[in-house]
Amino acid sequence: MNRPMVLYLTGRIIRVEAALLLLPALVGLYYHEKIWLYFLLAAAVAALCGGLLSHRKPEDTVIFAKEGFATVALAWIGLSAIGALPFWVSGYVPNYIDALFEVVSGFTTTGASILPGVEHLPRALLFWRSFTHWVGGMGVLVFALAVIPMSDRRSMHIMRAEVPGPTVGKLAPKLRDTAKILYGLYILLSLAMFVLLLLGGMSPFDSAIHTFGTAGTGGFSCRNSSIAYYNSAYIDWVVTIFMALFGINFNLYYFLMIRNFKAAFRNEELWWYVGIMVCASLAIAVNIMPLKGTFLNALRFSAFQVSTVMTTTGYATADFNLWPAFSKNLLVLLMFVGASAGSTGGGLKVSRLLIMAKAAKREIQRLLHPRMVTSVSMDDKPLNEATITGAYMYLVIYVFIAAASVLLLSLDGFDFETTFTAMAACFNNIGPGLGAVGPIGNYSAFSGFSKLILILDMLLGRLEIFPLLFGFAFPFWHSRKKPDGSKKA
Amino acid sequence: MRIVIVGNGKVGSTLAEQLSNEDHDVIVIDKNQQTIDNLVNTLDVMGVCGNGASYQVLLEAEVQKADLLIACTSQDEINLLCCLVGRKLGARHTIARVRNPEYSDQLVFMRDELGLSFSINPERAAAAELYKLLKFPSALKIETFSNKRAEIAEIRLKEGSALDNVYLRDLHKTFKGKALICAVQRGSQVTIPGGNFMLRAGDKISVIAAANDMLDFFASLGNLLPEARDVLLIGGGRISFYLARMLLENGARVKIIDIDPQKCAELSRQLPRAMVICGDGTDQELLAEEGLDTMDAVVALTGLDEENIILALYAQSRTDAKVITKINRPTLAAIAESTGLGSIISPRVLTANIIIRYVRAMQNSMGSNIETLHRLVGGRVEALEFRVSENFPQLDTPLMELKLRPDLLIACISRDGRTIIPGGRDCISVGDRVIVVTTNERLDDLSEILQKGYAL
Repeated sequence: MNRPMVLYLTGRIIRVEAALLLLPALVGLYYHEKIWLYFLLAAAVAALCGGLLSHRKPEDTVIFAKEGFATVALAWIGLSAIGALPFWVSGYVPNYIDALFEVVSGFTTTGASILPGVEHLPRALLFWRSFTHWVGGMGVLVFALAVIPMSDRRSMHIMRAEVPGPTVGKLAPKLRDTAKILYGLYILLSLAMFVLLLLGGMSPFDSAIHTFGTAGTGGFSCRNSSIAYYNSAYIDWVVTIFMALFGINFNLYYFLMIRNFKAAFRNEELWWYVGIMVCASLAIAVNIMPLKGTFLNALRFSAFQVSTVMTTTGYATADFNLWPAFSKNLLVLLMFVGASAGSTGGGLKVSRLLIMAKAAKREIQRLLHPRMVTSVSMDDKPLNEATITGAYMYLVIYVFIAAASVLLLSLDGFDFETTFTAMAACFNNIGPGLGAVGPIGNYSAFSGFSKLILILDMLLGRLEIFPLLFGFAFPFWHSRKKPDGSKKA
Repeated sequence: MRIVIVGNGKVGSTLAEQLSNEDHDVIVIDKNQQTIDNLVNTLDVMGVCGNGASYQVLLEAEVQKADLLIACTSQDEINLLCCLVGRKLGARHTIARVRNPEYSDQLVFMRDELGLSFSINPERAAAAELYKLLKFPSALKIETFSNKRAEIAEIRLKEGSALDNVYLRDLHKTFKGKALICAVQRGSQVTIPGGNFMLRAGDKISVIAAANDMLDFFASLGNLLPEARDVLLIGGGRISFYLARMLLENGARVKIIDIDPQKCAELSRQLPRAMVICGDGTDQELLAEEGLDTMDAVVALTGLDEENIILALYAQSRTDAKVITKINRPTLAAIAESTGLGSIISPRVLTANIIIRYVRAMQNSMGSNIETLHRLVGGRVEALEFRVSENFPQLDTPLMELKLRPDLLIACISRDGRTIIPGGRDCISVGDRVIVVTTNERLDDLSEILQKGYAL
């Protein structure tokens, strides 16, 4: 393990956060809120920590996959620890664990909150909360790759550790250009949404907050009752559609942009993603029709809720706690399905499920024809066996962690529905669950220990388990032997 | 530039590494998913898995946008097809590796008809390099610049050499001609030396001189090895064939040892004047019988790196002859060097260097003004040749007045066909070709040799 290099890279990334923290400070200045000073303070802390860690570039700059994992794990923990400072120091969230929960929920684009109400908070704080969604959605490290020249050629290890999905492709020969393309598309889509929300009569500040929340598929709002506050079918549909759009693999937008329509529409995951979304929306719409009157009205609410849960955003226009059991259960299942690989959404990812389903089908065929030779293919290309095993392995570890979390959370003594969906909502980076943590509830009732567990779940879910898991494996941290020096004489 | 490389073999991966380090957009195509995955993990390049001669795969690699397509798979025919398809799809330049001697006569025809920009034969290139070394056996390595008017030679100073314990500022007392020592490797330390640097036995030095002064310089060293007249080649591969042919044309006596009777028969047919011995080249008795100790030079060219190293070590222990070892794997080359083996050549690195020189020249026509680039002392020092344009801020200023960066040296100026080894009073003028030796890797323009703040 090349420890100096991991620390150096982490330092560079924390320095980027220092710059990001200046944005909410500007917002605070603009609205004449005193809190801007605290943001400046946090920025100074970030600049100092980052500067200390990265003041000298280590001689040995070679990194491998494990250094990539460790950097990502460490950077996310560091970013969260510093990002929580403004909440805590300003006194709006008196408990540091709560502040950490809030900001981790932001960076991991979960959108779970411990705040019962948000409308009394300073706008700078609301901005920062939502802005963490936006940055965390596409990835802080990817952002860092796009703006600062990193350790040149082996940064792929970092990108792979942060971008969700079973496989990661490059769009351009250079990683830096790939990161730039991804952020370019991200900004473009965000701008489109911002403008559409403005046209719907939302104030510029609210539009920005909800664009951030939707783009990162996060779900923090500046209104206590989330999107339902606006009570507008137009805004509901805009948010529904953009949530769905941000849940699509960003590579596909790139293909569209370079007019490679074939590659974009041949993508199997896309069709399954859209298919599941449409079918679930229709099914729930029929199920809740008695509550909403007309079918179209029911569809408006069901589509929004399906989109918000499946892309793991977590906005709400209705309290689905009150919906029939079928709808509720379907939504819980969709929580686990998640969005597409390479999007800003969380969950297991449609492509992973698709790979597993195809592999399962092959294994069943193999029971009948033991000598059959066939390969599992996606998008007309045969899949690597390692990718298939990887998908299964991910599921197994995912289930173990989910089970352990539920067990530990149940120490707080909530009912099963609350405990289970709290885990599901945090682990899949959604936000609201059912029961006490439903769309109108929040996470403040949990104990500090449970909040720590949920913080871990959120980070594990966002980084797709492995980077963080390796970060905690101690043998992993053995320092690298020097080529000559450290050998025992 | 956007460069597509087909074939991620030895040459392909070396090229990918160097070109991506030079900030080009590199896309590598290979059939083997695993090697592609490995490459993408270690380098900042894009990988495409598939047959590089196929239309679909080339389109996926967006060859139509490429400035250059380099085909270096193991098969000549695939390389040619690949370049043909790539060219028709819109690649601006194409380079193919064609190694089969049977095609060598039709290369010009193919170049014209298939639109190839350049073709390279690694074995022939290696043989040419070897030939150069055998002409100057005292040098470990020789690079040529400015249309072969200037040369840089790497030499290891032996015990008792005339240059042992000599300060560089006193060099002119030993050697009357014009030569400049531009890099010294002592142990693992590489320095660009100044006048107060004292040479020691065991140093590996790089000397730059006009091509016709180089021989005199060697002569002044004392223990000069004459041009090799009796050469033993162990291993009868393609490099041996090309090398033997060049040597024979020049009147040297060549002995080739190979273990494969069929290969021997073929070689003896192709090279009637060479003596071909069918036997095990690692057999010490055979080597003694064939007169190892009467040879001027021994070249280990078998297909196995390890065997070559052992052979060379043995030959070095038995004779004073010039011993050259072919080693393909770069890690082994470093190890072999530490055991004291002098001349090592690696066809893959050679091939890659030649292609990179071509790429630099292409770039040259697109803005940068590097003419040629050579790597010295195991790639840790670069010798760059620039053409001076009007943009150089301190034209016609004596060199002693220039504030140069500390890690470089102006080693040679060539003007109107003359080669000047510069002193403090010489100047840089428009139209000159200037050779700069530096340990700093990223020099793109001549003005970058000045210290910051003095550039304008």
